[in-house]
Amino acid sequence: MAETEKITIYAMGKAYKVPAGLTIMSALEYAGYQYIRGCGCRSGYCGGCATIYRREGDYKLYTDLACQTPAEDGMYLVQLPFVPANKSIYDLDKIEPMETTLVEHYPEIVKCVSCNTCTKACPQDLDVMYFIQAAKIGDFKEVAELSFDCIQCGLCAVRCPADIAHYHVAQLARRIYGKFINEKVEQLTKRLNEIEKGVYDKELNKLMKMNKAMLEKAYKKRKIEGTK
Amino acid sequence: MIEMIDGYPKYMRESIKKVEETRQDRVDKLPKPMSMSERKKILNKFHPDFDPKGKRKVRTGPNKGDIVPNEVADLLEAYPSIAPKDIDLSNIDYDVDVLVIGGGMAGTVAALWALKEGIKKDKILITTKLRHGDSNSIKAQGGIQCADREEDSPAMHYLDVIGGGHFANKPELARALVTDAPKILDWHEDLGVMYDRDNGKYLELSGGGTSRFRLHSAKDYTGLEIMRVLRDESINQGIEVIEFASAIELLLDDGGKVAGALLYNMETEEYSIARAKSTILATGGFGRLHIQSYPTTNHYGATADGLVMAYRAGANFVDMDTVQYHPTGAAYPEQIVGQLITEKVRGLGGQPVNKDGKQFVFPLEPRDVEAAAIIRECTERNKGVKSPTGMVGIWLDTPIIEIIHGKGAVKENLHAIYRMYERFDIDVTKDPILVFPTLHYQNGGVEIDVNAATSVAGLFAAGEVEGGVHGKNRLMGNSLLDCNVFGLRAGISAAKHAKKTKLGKLTLQHVEKYTKNLEKNKIKPKMRSPMLLPEYREEDVLARRLRLST
Repeated sequence: MAETEKITIYAMGKAYKVPAGLTIMSALEYAGYQYIRGCGCRSGYCGGCATIYRREGDYKLYTDLACQTPAEDGMYLVQLPFVPANKSIYDLDKIEPMETTLVEHYPEIVKCVSCNTCTKACPQDLDVMYFIQAAKIGDFKEVAELSFDCIQCGLCAVRCPADIAHYHVAQLARRIYGKFINEKVEQLTKRLNEIEKGVYDKELNKLMKMNKAMLEKAYKKRKIEGTK
Repeated sequence: MIEMIDGYPKYMRESIKKVEETRQDRVDKLPKPMSMSERKKILNKFHPDFDPKGKRKVRTGPNKGDIVPNEVADLLEAYPSIAPKDIDLSNIDYDVDVLVIGGGMAGTVAALWALKEGIKKDKILITTKLRHGDSNSIKAQGGIQCADREEDSPAMHYLDVIGGGHFANKPELARALVTDAPKILDWHEDLGVMYDRDNGKYLELSGGGTSRFRLHSAKDYTGLEIMRVLRDESINQGIEVIEFASAIELLLDDGGKVAGALLYNMETEEYSIARAKSTILATGGFGRLHIQSYPTTNHYGATADGLVMAYRAGANFVDMDTVQYHPTGAAYPEQIVGQLITEKVRGLGGQPVNKDGKQFVFPLEPRDVEAAAIIRECTERNKGVKSPTGMVGIWLDTPIIEIIHGKGAVKENLHAIYRMYERFDIDVTKDPILVFPTLHYQNGGVEIDVNAATSVAGLFAAGEVEGGVHGKNRLMGNSLLDCNVFGLRAGISAAKHAKKTKLGKLTLQHVEKYTKNLEKNKIKPKMRSPMLLPEYREEDVLARRLRLST
């Protein structure tokens, strides 16, 4: 077998040869680094491995997730161990959602210069700048929907010239949307009351007393919704 | 170089063509679900859990003689990482009523409910090995089960849970799980969690082994959405969290009650003592042990530390003999092998098909059965597709979802999956994806009662670390529910227990005793535990690693 193709990556400036075809995360591990910080779910859901990199011969800084991005030859890499962005502290129950609510909690959003750096920095490709514009006018729905896939890695915040903590702004907007704007679903309240009244106790008691053979019989008899 | 066409090597395209050819005919046609005897047969022959070489009897501790995976036995039979004589227990660094070990979903829920139950915020402490929120929960894609529809009931949910668990579940735990579900969703709504809706009702899907549509999702970021709301709320409430501080042993008092934990600062390597009237174990599962060398969907910290600590303190385990392999882990491209492809793909109509584009299994069998069928297709029947790195898998037909639910359905409901493959030039709305089972969940764990109390006084447990709720096999959408139901119960129970508890003198004698038992059972010191972090460094690097003495 031919030897695996090797590439050179620069971990915080230091060169290492690693096999091609690894993610940034596994390439650094291959090189001998054991993560304490900078590594979480390893699947692109937790925002724990926010990475800033530059390609050899290029002056631009790029951002992405180490666990989801293939390592390339000539990458200069550093991972963010922590993002010290400010989060507003609030009692959600006492919030009255108004056009100005988000600005009150995060006044720096009015300083947005629409440079779009946040959007370019987002590893989830979210329209970050747009949801900040929506936040300025208190459009909770727009912020909630545009920011929904936010993994709170903080890359937007570290790149922003106006020092906005976009991901915290969005979190507040989504909670307000979820609590105050999404309507309660009637069937849930109804079922909650039924359970409190003990409507299902008799049936559950009966099931709990069944031996394995009886349970198997009942289990087999279930009608599976969505099948013929 | 291999010639690539839209993310796939040319040779794999031949098989994809066959999947395309059969697609239209498969839309309304599904294989029949297996009978109980068929299920039993296929599990026996193909599920990794039924390979006797993968497990052994544990030779020491409360469950001595019980069968567990080799990798778990290794950790339980390992020697403690610390020598109790090196630890000064007289200097208390944190003195609290409720200590929560683990900052994932179950732990955060427990802390919030201990607070609601009247424990002051400065008497609650969460300590976690990685960051607050780092957990398997945050990456749970599919959803959370709650029987709230007219056509559904908690009793139906109960029967699904018990049957899926092979009738081994502790009935009272399964009942608590299903009857608390509406309360949990109501609480989440109150906190502002955004569950998917459709015309003023919840959008509910089905999962493997469930008889009704009852899976509530937040797109395919359900765990993330719940976790980030809970974390935000916990910060707002002022609950202290120490990150990168792993518990490495539980502390007992001289009356034998659990009385806190010995913490280890992952960065400075110093220890600290957390004394607590009640301790909640919410440390998650064991996927990073890579049972039987399987890749895993689990987060970086899932190394079974909680099991080890609890076992040394005398806590009993249940159902530790079974391991859940998720039927659909990514098998291609190499960079994402083992990562979770949510069951929601099949819930939305996605179908597993073989290299000839033919169906071979009902898409929504319970997870163990579905996984066994996929393994059979790839091994005995030789109908799998080989990736360029030698990984064999079957196709999960995702484009069919857009035929069933209309154009845009994939991006709308499965954006995380869409995004994950887009990075590798694969468009899942146009092409199927290659999958193979991946190590997913610890079905059993520390035994608890309905109040989330373990067999040791002062110790409570919630989430993946505990067992009995799911029997021998957990169903989709019941783990987020478990974290919440038993997190809530653990928080309340721990608060109540703390209010009436007086602690004696702290001790680590149980650790010494455990070591003596290992020696008595003639178990040689081969390794140390808890593990804390998995090892992924190159062997060449490790072989030349020096530890300089000063």
